[in-house]
Amino acid sequence: MENWSLVSICVLFGLTARWAVSLNSYSGAGKPPMFGDYEAQRHWQEVTYNLPVHEWYFNTTDNNLNYWGLDYPPLTAYHSLLCAHDHGFDFCWVLVADLLIYIPAVVLYSFYLSEGSNKKKVCTVLCILLYPGLILIDYGHFQYNSISLGLALWGVVVLGLGWDVLGSLAFVLSLNYKQMELYHSLPFFCYLLGKCFKQGLAGRGLFLLVKIAVTVLVTFALCWLPFLSDPGQILQVVHRLFPVGRGLFEDKVANTWCSLNVLIKIKTILSTDTQLYFSLTTTLLAILPSSIKLLMKPTLWQFKLALVNSSLAFFLFSFQVHEKSILLPALPVCLLLNDLPLPAIWFLQASTFSMLPLFLKDGLLVPYVVTSLAFLFFSIYLLSAFEHCSEDKLRLGCLRHLPSLIPGSFYFSITAMAGLSFMSVALAPPDQLPDLFPLLVSVFSYLHFLGLLLYFNIVQIAEPLQSVRKNQKKSN
Amino acid sequence: MCYLYVELQSVISIPPRLIHRGQASVYDTGCVMATPRADDWSWFPALALGVSFLKCILINAYHSTDFEVHRNWLAITHSLPVSKWYHENTSEWTLDYPPLFAWFEYSLSHVAQHFDKEMLVVQNLIYTSPATILFQRLSVIVTDIVFIYAVKECCRSVREEKGSKDLLGHPFFILAALLLWNFGLLIVDHIHFQYNGFLFGILLLSVARHLQVLYFMTLFLVEQGRHLEGALLFTVLLNLKHIYLYIAPAYGIFLLRSYCFTKDNTDGSVRWSSFSPVRLVALGSIVISVGALSFGPFIAMGQLPQVLSRLFPFKRGLCHAYWAPNVWALYNMVDKALSVLGVRLKLLDVAKLPKASMTGGLVQEFQHSILPSVSPSITLICTLLSIMVMLSIWCRPRGARGFLRCLVVCALGSFMFGWHVHEKAILMAILPFSILAVESREDAGIFLMLTTTGHYSLFPLLFTAAELPIKVLLMLLFTLYSFTSLKKLFRGSLLNPLETTYLLGLVAVEILCEVVYPLSPWQHTLPFVPLLVTSVYCSLGVSYSFIRLYVSLLRQHGTDKHKQL
Repeated sequence: MENWSLVSICVLFGLTARWAVSLNSYSGAGKPPMFGDYEAQRHWQEVTYNLPVHEWYFNTTDNNLNYWGLDYPPLTAYHSLLCAHDHGFDFCWVLVADLLIYIPAVVLYSFYLSEGSNKKKVCTVLCILLYPGLILIDYGHFQYNSISLGLALWGVVVLGLGWDVLGSLAFVLSLNYKQMELYHSLPFFCYLLGKCFKQGLAGRGLFLLVKIAVTVLVTFALCWLPFLSDPGQILQVVHRLFPVGRGLFEDKVANTWCSLNVLIKIKTILSTDTQLYFSLTTTLLAILPSSIKLLMKPTLWQFKLALVNSSLAFFLFSFQVHEKSILLPALPVCLLLNDLPLPAIWFLQASTFSMLPLFLKDGLLVPYVVTSLAFLFFSIYLLSAFEHCSEDKLRLGCLRHLPSLIPGSFYFSITAMAGLSFMSVALAPPDQLPDLFPLLVSVFSYLHFLGLLLYFNIVQIAEPLQSVRKNQKKSN
Repeated sequence: MCYLYVELQSVISIPPRLIHRGQASVYDTGCVMATPRADDWSWFPALALGVSFLKCILINAYHSTDFEVHRNWLAITHSLPVSKWYHENTSEWTLDYPPLFAWFEYSLSHVAQHFDKEMLVVQNLIYTSPATILFQRLSVIVTDIVFIYAVKECCRSVREEKGSKDLLGHPFFILAALLLWNFGLLIVDHIHFQYNGFLFGILLLSVARHLQVLYFMTLFLVEQGRHLEGALLFTVLLNLKHIYLYIAPAYGIFLLRSYCFTKDNTDGSVRWSSFSPVRLVALGSIVISVGALSFGPFIAMGQLPQVLSRLFPFKRGLCHAYWAPNVWALYNMVDKALSVLGVRLKLLDVAKLPKASMTGGLVQEFQHSILPSVSPSITLICTLLSIMVMLSIWCRPRGARGFLRCLVVCALGSFMFGWHVHEKAILMAILPFSILAVESREDAGIFLMLTTTGHYSLFPLLFTAAELPIKVLLMLLFTLYSFTSLKKLFRGSLLNPLETTYLLGLVAVEILCEVVYPLSPWQHTLPFVPLLVTSVYCSLGVSYSFIRLYVSLLRQHGTDKHKQL
């Protein structure tokens, strides 16, 4: 069959799965007084539709910021305003956004930037589209992550195809849709800067740098246009976007601070400011190696790895992280499905599992189980994951004995996830430890994330610096 | 792969680092296939599991009153003695399937009690606790294993030419996908709610048993065993759901002709002397013993008339509330057009017209105002006439394939002319026809026409706004796949421009009926128009496919004769 029909079938299948998940209950359905993210989206539509722009981010008599106040950048607000004109088709909007932004980017990425036969590319499209975390959060919990992630992916695709200016434009748009995209910003910056360096900062590199800088500034200015008149407005928006006062972490999230909190009560020992500086320092330290490497070797492969390493480091070490932010590292990991199938599948499964408490709260148990099983089965089968377990395939040149352990530990970890999921659903926690299962889930996923952060860093750092030049010489 | 590296390194002496750097891509693509080859069957579980996952996420989708029907039957069979099963009428959805299906519900109810006991109480009408929904949905998904097994057996019996095509181009792969991912079955069973998957599984298994006979021709005993097995399966099926009586004539004639007569004359006509009474007795005893097992207890209790009155309620009208796309839909439409025309031209008096006729499509009883009314006996005669062509397999049996073709004609003929036909009955023609479609080019063309119109005619089953995208997406998925795969299999276009235009018209009908019309003012005054348009438009396509299928059967008959001359 021709490629286009296979791809269309994959896309239709992905859309069907998405819509089928949306037929289940959504976040906070019938749970007053705060309801859930669905109510938040509805409320933003109300706010943006009825209030003038300069009141959107302010606490006024008409706009109670404590009840789902807007805390996303202007593009989200504009999008809410657009949706408000056609209220009542909310899930349709997610589907349309997916179809217009995220899915084309996935298809383009798989066909132009990944390697292998056409069939393999089609399989990659299907596996990326079936990633359960994004489907469940967007269509079950109800959010618009596919827009910001899709724009970021457009950034990667366009950069990969060599259009640096357009790529930075796409990324700035995504940053202005959700501030969490900052997790991806450093690799974008380093990749582009590295490219400028490579072309020579005295000549063409400088020109490119100026072009990119102008694009970024102009795009930012356009997005923020209604708020530029008054510095107070800008400060208020920034304040809403980065709510420093909300503490190091909330609820149970699979990052370092929440997991460390089991042993040491960081939240009570350290002051908020110290927590902030401490987390900032550790985050920067964690992303430093991969960023420097990328700066020195700005290739697409390094760029993808750096995106994973940076966003995962942010997730694990930065301030005020939500469990849903795991979708940010998950996006670049999806891009590695073709190159490093088993680690990528492992990470993606762990990331879905880490959001289990949220899914249970939203009544998404059945879709969670079904989509996870489907993803695991199809990705392992179609990408023949276990055939790619040798040390060469895993790019673990320096660790000889590890690869032989990997399939076994993969199965062990999947079984453990299944067991923990079952326990969370079926067993009542002991009275003195009501949060036992969510905590176990997040610590268990944290261990996976930490291990995989190390692994992806090793893969990125271990790649020799010289090979690109050799390759170029050879091809010349 | 390791060997390859070693070899490469030793032969061309590339520094190992360079291979690492190439990210193994160049060396990978040739050796590691993304999908496995055709000769192992690992793709089959993948297809089956994939569709099962899809069924599982549809658990919380909309379900029709059929959900309550089956819950009620669970309750009846679980809590009442057998003697009351066909008398119980607390709910309006009384038990109206044959006894074996009642026993099937009875056995399900023993699992159901571990989910939620309340669903087994007859008085709990319209009971839909989450556990009940989960149980009933899972029961459909799990019993579909029969269907999956039957599909595998059908795929094994498909003929194919030798060739080194890739997996996706093999007829058996295409057949498996067309059957397992059938759009109609998915929405009727897993959204609307019914147990067709398991029933069609038995039908296809029985068909596969007849098809497989060809491979065992040399072994007399095996051949016999397979035919009897097929007959047994079909008799069981009849006792599970009596709608399959529609295709019983095909089975009857085929088994009598090809099984009870062991030899043909040289010109293919029947050799009367080869009649085998033993075989007839064997067949008869299978039919009678299964029937006795199923109906025996009720005959013993003297309840046979009561059971039969439940199974065949002739009080219903010619057409269902939503007209199935058959001849009668066209007939009704012509009648309506004539009456409107007559009133316009002042040839008819509005007061004298039957009242219901102007709101047709919403009422059960449709009274014709110009054309003569149709009685059940007329539909029966029409149906019988339409399937007369089957007698051709009496004169010239063309093996199990000829039988399969007759089965499809039979199913489609009774769909076209039957009394109170449901739109869902089209699946009885579509599913067996899939087997023929992957074997011959002409059949593939008819199949595409029939499935696309037939499946579209199922759209009104799901009328809720939330399910609109899912039915459109699933329909697109299936239609796109069937078109591209069959086109590739037969290397070329299968439809002529007129047929293509007609099928594209379905898109226009869909947009008109479900997007434009609800926004128009007529939605309130004439709400039945979209259903009417859908069924009339689809009945054109189904009738056309029926005629083409009929002609193909006659033509084959003709060419056979010609060859002999």
